[in-house]
Amino acid sequence: MIFYILKRLYQLIPLLIGITFLSFVIIQLAPGDYLDQLRMNPQISEKTLNQMIKIYGLDQPILVQYFKWLINAIKFDLGYSFSYQMPVLDLIKDRILNTLFLSITSGVIAWFLAIPLGIIAALKPNSLIDKFIQLFSFTFMSLPGFFFAFLMLFFAVKTGIFPTGGAYSPNYESMTFFEKIVDRLWHVSLPALVIGIGSLAGLVRLVRSTMIEQLQSEYVLFARAKGLSEREVVLKHALKNALNPFITILGFEIASLLSGSALIEIIINWPGMGMLMLDAVLSQDLYLVMGGLYIGAIMLIIGNLIADILLAKLDPRIRQREVEGALK
Amino acid sequence: MMESIRKNKLAFLSLNILFVLYFLAIFADFIAPYPYDIQHRDAPYHPPTQIHFFDEKGNFHLRPFVYGYKMIDPINKYYEVDYSKKYPIYFFTAGESHYLFGIFKTDKHLFGVKDGKIFLLGSDNLGRDIFSRMLYGARISLSIGLIGVFLSFTIGTVIGGISGYFGGKVDNLIMRFSEILMSFPSFYLMLALRAVFPITLSSTEVFFMIVVILSFIGWAGLARVVRGMVLSIREQEYVLAAKSYGASSLRIILKHIIPNTYSYLLIAATLSIPGYILGESALSLLGLGIQEPYASWGNMLSSAMSYTAVSSYPWILAPGLAIFITILAFNILGDALRDALDPKLRRLIK
Repeated sequence: MIFYILKRLYQLIPLLIGITFLSFVIIQLAPGDYLDQLRMNPQISEKTLNQMIKIYGLDQPILVQYFKWLINAIKFDLGYSFSYQMPVLDLIKDRILNTLFLSITSGVIAWFLAIPLGIIAALKPNSLIDKFIQLFSFTFMSLPGFFFAFLMLFFAVKTGIFPTGGAYSPNYESMTFFEKIVDRLWHVSLPALVIGIGSLAGLVRLVRSTMIEQLQSEYVLFARAKGLSEREVVLKHALKNALNPFITILGFEIASLLSGSALIEIIINWPGMGMLMLDAVLSQDLYLVMGGLYIGAIMLIIGNLIADILLAKLDPRIRQREVEGALK
Repeated sequence: MMESIRKNKLAFLSLNILFVLYFLAIFADFIAPYPYDIQHRDAPYHPPTQIHFFDEKGNFHLRPFVYGYKMIDPINKYYEVDYSKKYPIYFFTAGESHYLFGIFKTDKHLFGVKDGKIFLLGSDNLGRDIFSRMLYGARISLSIGLIGVFLSFTIGTVIGGISGYFGGKVDNLIMRFSEILMSFPSFYLMLALRAVFPITLSSTEVFFMIVVILSFIGWAGLARVVRGMVLSIREQEYVLAAKSYGASSLRIILKHIIPNTYSYLLIAATLSIPGYILGESALSLLGLGIQEPYASWGNMLSSAMSYTAVSSYPWILAPGLAIFITILAFNILGDALRDALDPKLRRLIK
C-alpha cells in the first residue's frame, strides 16, 4: 500500500509543478506588474523601487524567478505580499481556515442529506417523493449559486434570522467558549446553506441514478431471493457497490475545498480566500496569488490521494489491479 | 430526435422558452420601451409599474394603463402610487429612434406610454428601465453561451481527435496539459486570465475576451471525452476500410471519426452552455466583464451586491431570474436529448 501511495504521489507531482508554472506564466503575461502602482506614487523614489526589484528578483527571467519561488515554496516559504507587506503564509492562514470551515460545513450538509435522499428516491422511482426530490435537485442545479446567495441575503435582511457577512460577531472576543462556537456556526450557516444546497442538488441526482442501477442488478435480486431484509439489501449490498463514483467525487471536493466557494464568499462577504484572491489577482500581487494557488494545488493532490486510497481500500478489484499488481 | 423532444412536454416547453428568449434578444431595440442607457434621473429605484385594466373605482378600461408614481422619500427612494395620474399604454408607439437589426432606422417601439413612465420590472439606481436593459443584456448573455460553446467545442474536438487518433507522445502531451487545465480551480483561472487583458477595453473586445477566457478553460474536458471516443471508434472496421483505400489521417478524423461523436457533442454542448452564461455573469458581476453603460445579466446584478439595496429594491434581482430560467431550460433540453440519444451513446462510450 505504501508503495502504491508513493507511486501515486510521484505521478501527481508533475501536476503540482504544471499548475504552479502555468499560473506563474499567466500572471506574468499580464501587462505591467505590482510595482507599476508604486511607480505612480511620487513619494517612492527610484532607488527604493530598484531595491524592491532586486529583493523580489523581478529583473530576472521568468524561469529563474519561478524556480526560486518553487524551491522556497517546497519549504513553505511563500514569499512576501507586495500590497500587504507581510509574509504570504501569515496573510492567508486565517483566510484558509475560514474557507475550510465554510466548505467543510457545506460539504457535510450536502453529503449527509444527499445519500439518504438519493436512496429514498431510488427505492421508489417515479413515486411522489421521488418526483419531489428530482424537482428539488433539478431546480437547485439550475439556480446559479450567486443568485441563490442574493436571494438568501434578501431573506436574511428581511427576517433577521441570519447575520449578513463576516465570520463572527464584533463582540466575539468577550464570549465564552460555548458562545463562540454558537456564534461561528450562526455566521457560517447562511453561506454554508447556499453552497451546501447547491452541491446537494447535483449529488442527490447521482446517488439516485447509481442506486437505481445497482438495485436492478442481479446480485440484489439474489440477495432478496436469499431472504435478506430490505435494509440489508440496500445498505449492505447496493450502497456499497454504488459508492465508487462518490469516492472519486469526494476527492474532487477535497481538492476544491479552497476554491469552490470563492464567488459565494465574495458575495456574502465571508472573510475567506475568495476576496483575498480577487484583490490579489487584480492588483497583480504575484506571490500572494501564487501562494493561494499553491495551497490549492496541494489540496488537489491530497484530495486525489485520499480518493485513490479509499478506492483501493473499499474496492478489491481496484486494489488487486493497482496495488498488488504494482508490486509484481 | 425532434420527435422524442416533442413527446417530452417539459423539454418541448424549454425549447420554446429558449426560442422566445432568443427572439426577444434579437428584437430587443423594438420590444424594449427604452434604450439601455437612458437614465431617468428623477426615478432611481422606481418600483415596477403594474399594468391595470381596472381603475381605482373599478371601471374597466379596454386599453391597459399604468399609474403615475410620486417619490415620497428621496433619500430611501420610496415611491407611492399617484392615482390621479393614468398613463394608457400604446402599441407601436413612437419613442427613441433605434436601428432594427442595425440597418433600419425607426422610432417605433412595441409598447410605451406618453408623458409618464413604464417600468415593467422597475428601474435601477440611475433610473434605467430594468426590463429594457434585460432585453439588451439577453443579447450578451445568450450569445456568449452559443459562441463560447462553438469555439471551445471546435478546439476540443480537433485536439481530442488528434490526441486519440495519433496516440503516443502527442497524446500524452495533450492529455497532461488538459489535466493541468482541468485541475486548476476554474474561478481563479478565470480571474488570472482576466488580469492578462487590460482593464479598459471596448465593449466588443470585452465580449470576445470573455469568450476566449471561457473557451480556454472549457475545451480540456471535452477534448478528453472526444479522445476516449476516438480511441474506440478508431478500432472499428470502417476506419480500417478508409485507411486501406488510402484516405489521409486528417480526412479520416474529420470525415469518419468526428461525425460519429456528433450526438454526444450535441448533448454536451447543450449542457455546457449554462457554464458559459454563468462564467460571463460571474465576471460581469465582479465588474470585470461587460462594462456599464452596456447591459448584461451579470453586470445588472452587481448592484445587488449591497444587501441594503437588495432588501429595499428586490426587483433589481430580476436578471438573476432570467439567468435561472435560461439555465433551467438548457438543462432540461440537454437531459431530454441525452435520454433520446442514450442507447447509441452508451454503446459508443463503452
